[in-house]
Amino acid sequence: MFFWIIRRDLLLAMRRRSDVLTTLFFFIIVVSLFPLGVGPEMNMLRTMAPGVVWVAALLASMLSLGRMFASDHLDGTLEQMLLSPQSLSMLVLGKALAHWLVTGVPLVLMAPVLGIQYDLTGEALLVLTVSLLLGTPVLSLIGAIGAALTLGLRGGGVLVSLLVLPLYIPVLIFGAGAVEASAAGLGAGAHMSLLGAFLLASVVLAPWTAGASLRISME
Amino acid sequence: MAINWFKYSSPASFYFLAGKMIPLFSIAAIVLGAAGLYIGFFVAPTDFQQGEAYRIIFIHVPAAWLSMFLYVIMAIWSGIGLAFNTRLSSMVATAIAPTGAMFTFLALWTGALWGKPMWGTWWVWDARLTSELILLFLYIGFMSLQAAIDDPRRADKAGAMIALVGVVNIPIIYFSVKWWNTLHQGATVSLTQSPKMATTMLTGMLIMSLACWMYAIAVILIRTRAIILERERHTAWVGELQLQGATR
Amino acid sequence: MSDFFSMGGYGLYVWGSYLVAIVCIAGEVILVFNRRRTLMKHLSLIHQSNKQEKINETAS
Repeated sequence: MFFWIIRRDLLLAMRRRSDVLTTLFFFIIVVSLFPLGVGPEMNMLRTMAPGVVWVAALLASMLSLGRMFASDHLDGTLEQMLLSPQSLSMLVLGKALAHWLVTGVPLVLMAPVLGIQYDLTGEALLVLTVSLLLGTPVLSLIGAIGAALTLGLRGGGVLVSLLVLPLYIPVLIFGAGAVEASAAGLGAGAHMSLLGAFLLASVVLAPWTAGASLRISME
Repeated sequence: MAINWFKYSSPASFYFLAGKMIPLFSIAAIVLGAAGLYIGFFVAPTDFQQGEAYRIIFIHVPAAWLSMFLYVIMAIWSGIGLAFNTRLSSMVATAIAPTGAMFTFLALWTGALWGKPMWGTWWVWDARLTSELILLFLYIGFMSLQAAIDDPRRADKAGAMIALVGVVNIPIIYFSVKWWNTLHQGATVSLTQSPKMATTMLTGMLIMSLACWMYAIAVILIRTRAIILERERHTAWVGELQLQGATR
Repeated sequence: MSDFFSMGGYGLYVWGSYLVAIVCIAGEVILVFNRRRTLMKHLSLIHQSNKQEKINETAS
């Protein structure tokens, strides 16, 4: 059941390929905008790079949160899911992971390429990619709660960002901090372990909460 | 004698109970506030390090305490409302949010005003000020979510979810901001780390926070009554209320 | 008395923050009472119209 839903969502996402690409291009554009705004001066960009890449990843994954449940909500499959004997949190976990595969993974693959734009060293690039790899699923999982709560509300898109951004802050701090710590030679071990802890916590807690929020929104 | 807790849990009886309690709390707030300010400005000595500027502490610290406690209390009430389906506790949670947001805003503003003479800049990314700012976002998230949902029942429950998720995240946010702050800037002179506070300063501050508590309770009760009326307007007892034209 | 207001040179900040405090509290109190007043007016309007309907029914 769990893999079925991931496969189904991936299939759906592939059919509407544009959604995948819009999030990716949004990420690329935002990251490329900063040097234009801040100036091409290299070592300033180098210090800013992790923060910029991470904030852009945050915004990109949040953009597509609204769509996570919306299409199923409209054509009624969400109701079927609520009624199905399968545990709701597994279904939500599947949907969140599908959302991560569609939006998170392309960001992670694209990050090194963009990192070169900011003249990041090889090692910093590696740490950035790994931190994104650990962090973006957390964004999708916590985002699932926001998406579930604002299901079918007018102005839901803006509302999701308002609800979810404060909860993203620890992930942002340790994600960007990891790259900075590794650049400063302190080693990013601590940050990575914390990101891993956030990931585990949200894999366990977020689906259940999002499931409960779905039940509330669908009453 | 066994206290029948549930007597006051129905909106109707709570409405009249709150009506009697509001004057009590507002008078207590005014009296305590006056006493606190008097101590703060006339009795407490000038701080040798910060001169007179530290007197802002008498409004800043109570506001900061209150903003944090009110969020936790709001989360508890909305949790109870979610668990026991008691409409009244969700109404109280909805009533707490604006007051909590106001105190957070006040704590931020007075913190900045205090930071200017002490650190020379209006805004310092101090760990506490930053997490206070994030707390304000949490409040605004709660209120805007509730405002976006028309059906009160769903609004209560959705609000309860985001409040509970928020309250779980507050310690995480606080410690990650603290880690982030010491990582970047080193320990700046933090606001309340001033040398051991003279007793009068401490009493002044405690009385002021009591006064703020009384005020908060009074305003929250008034707003709860307003919410009760809004949600129960088609019930019979609201009708009679109109007949007597009583406002109490 | 004047040095009381100058607050050792920090008068602007101390009184500024208390001014903000008073503005916030007064603002909130006014908002709450305003909400009550409009609510009361609204309720009594509903009530009048209900009474009016009853009278019309009994009359007709």
